[in-house]
Amino acid sequence: MKVVVCIKQVPDPNSVGQLDPTTHRLRRDGELVLDPGDEFGVEAGLQLAEAHGGEVTVISMGPERGIDAVRKALAMGAAKGVLVTDEGLGGSDALTTAKVLAAAIKREGFDIVITATESTDGYTGVVPQMVAELLDVPAVTFAKEVTSDGTALKVKRQTEIGFDLIEATLPAVVSVTAGVNEPRYPSLKGIMGAKSKPLDTLTVADLGIGDVGGATAGQAVSAVEPAAQRQAGEIIQDDGEAAARIVAFLAEKKVI
Amino acid sequence: MAKIFVYTEINGGKPATVALELLTKAKSLGGEVAAVALGPDAEQAAAALGDHGATTVFVGTDPAYADVLMGGPGADALAALVAEHQPDVVLFGGTYASRDVAGRLAVKLDVPVIANGLGIDVDGDVTVHSSIFGATQNVATKFEAKRPAIAIIRAKSFAAEPSGGAAPAVVQISTPVADKHRSARVVERLADVATGPKLEEAPVVISGGRGLVDAKNFALLDQLAELVHGAVGASRAVVDAGWVPYAMQVGQTGKTVKPQVYIACGISGAMQHTVGMKGSKSIIAINKDPEAPIFKLADLGVVGDTLKVLPAVIEALQNRPN
Repeated sequence: MKVVVCIKQVPDPNSVGQLDPTTHRLRRDGELVLDPGDEFGVEAGLQLAEAHGGEVTVISMGPERGIDAVRKALAMGAAKGVLVTDEGLGGSDALTTAKVLAAAIKREGFDIVITATESTDGYTGVVPQMVAELLDVPAVTFAKEVTSDGTALKVKRQTEIGFDLIEATLPAVVSVTAGVNEPRYPSLKGIMGAKSKPLDTLTVADLGIGDVGGATAGQAVSAVEPAAQRQAGEIIQDDGEAAARIVAFLAEKKVI
Repeated sequence: MAKIFVYTEINGGKPATVALELLTKAKSLGGEVAAVALGPDAEQAAAALGDHGATTVFVGTDPAYADVLMGGPGADALAALVAEHQPDVVLFGGTYASRDVAGRLAVKLDVPVIANGLGIDVDGDVTVHSSIFGATQNVATKFEAKRPAIAIIRAKSFAAEPSGGAAPAVVQISTPVADKHRSARVVERLADVATGPKLEEAPVVISGGRGLVDAKNFALLDQLAELVHGAVGASRAVVDAGWVPYAMQVGQTGKTVKPQVYIACGISGAMQHTVGMKGSKSIIAINKDPEAPIFKLADLGVVGDTLKVLPAVIEALQNRPN
């Protein structure tokens, strides 16, 4: 089974995000990490490849130093990495990102493409569906469980009221939710081995897809301003009376 | 006059609440408003859609909609409608299936999508308002010239208000479900056992985080929820840890809730979480760490061990005279 996992390097989710004051783009000059959501995708890909033979290729788009995120996925067990990095891709929107990823995926070939449901920084949450449309395959999104017999998939798909059981033939795109599995930690051997695994760095020209990036994104930030903040209220230490205070508060608000 | 289409998910013949919210908003923008409803029983929803502002309801009732994933067929149907009617704006709620349709439609039309909207202006320009960095900053994003503008709006951004308008014109659409979309099938639809109100609709939401120490302690939240007719949510940290399903996640990557009272239990208040709950009317936070950022939002903050405070609250409620 040829498994492709799309990953992204994002500013450390524990740090405070910042916009560049002139371009209104997210600043990515701080620490970048493999998107925590993508660890579930890499793990899901590795499990499918281990069960059915085949290899996992990870594909990412981003600045050059995002290569560390690709290396982390290689250290977890992916066989090959591809990073599409190009000055012209700065400020790309979801559609441009999807076009770039889809072109890189086609270049590698695939039976299944796995992604997270959304990135932790931009969180548009439509790139997996866009990639599927560009590849002309079904997108089984929001998977909370994925199993396969090698040619078809069974997926438990999150819904508003519970989940749907989906059966799909390959090829397909699957987006996995957090908690779908327990991502492995890279072993020391994996980290050492990652250094000798193939890692392609491509430009937009290498993919042959022409006009992309911020200039063609079709949308522009027109204003940014601080949001009104809530004021902190009463803070108490739990001295055994806190429960009574909480109950009184609930009664005050007429919810009990 | 702007022409606004609202994609409407149909479940059991009923429109999704977020679609009614979007129709109410679209009508208030003074445009020509149409709803697009796909599903074998979609026609049943027409009256409610009209009552919330749609003057036209496009319905597709192909029986095949019952067991396909809506992304592909939904985008096909909308692309045909867009080609015929040239709307300026197509609005989607931020639900799972709607996100699938919106993404695929954007590719078909080669137009951008703006997601996570909390507000929208349509006045020649189409501008979507959203908030970033844990709702500390508001951002306005304007679509450039290409139309239609596709926007995905978070639930609860607008109130759904019936306006008692005339019955809408119901127009059948003829785009079939293409064979290629049948390679993924819904074999069974399963509902979680719902014992209380839905997370997005409950008057009280009780959410748990890492401070609960162990997944099994969510039972305390369930118990409290039952006593106050509330629903239980969770922070991303514990969803990532596999304690509870993604459907319970409140936050940026998750649900937005605006209950009367939100009770954050053992949640530090990372921005990822607060964006989904800071619109609550009142907030109670319980956390061991007096420095936890959640206390900056709380109307009532309790510095203490959630695992001690919650059982005491439960006991007090149980012993409370009716």
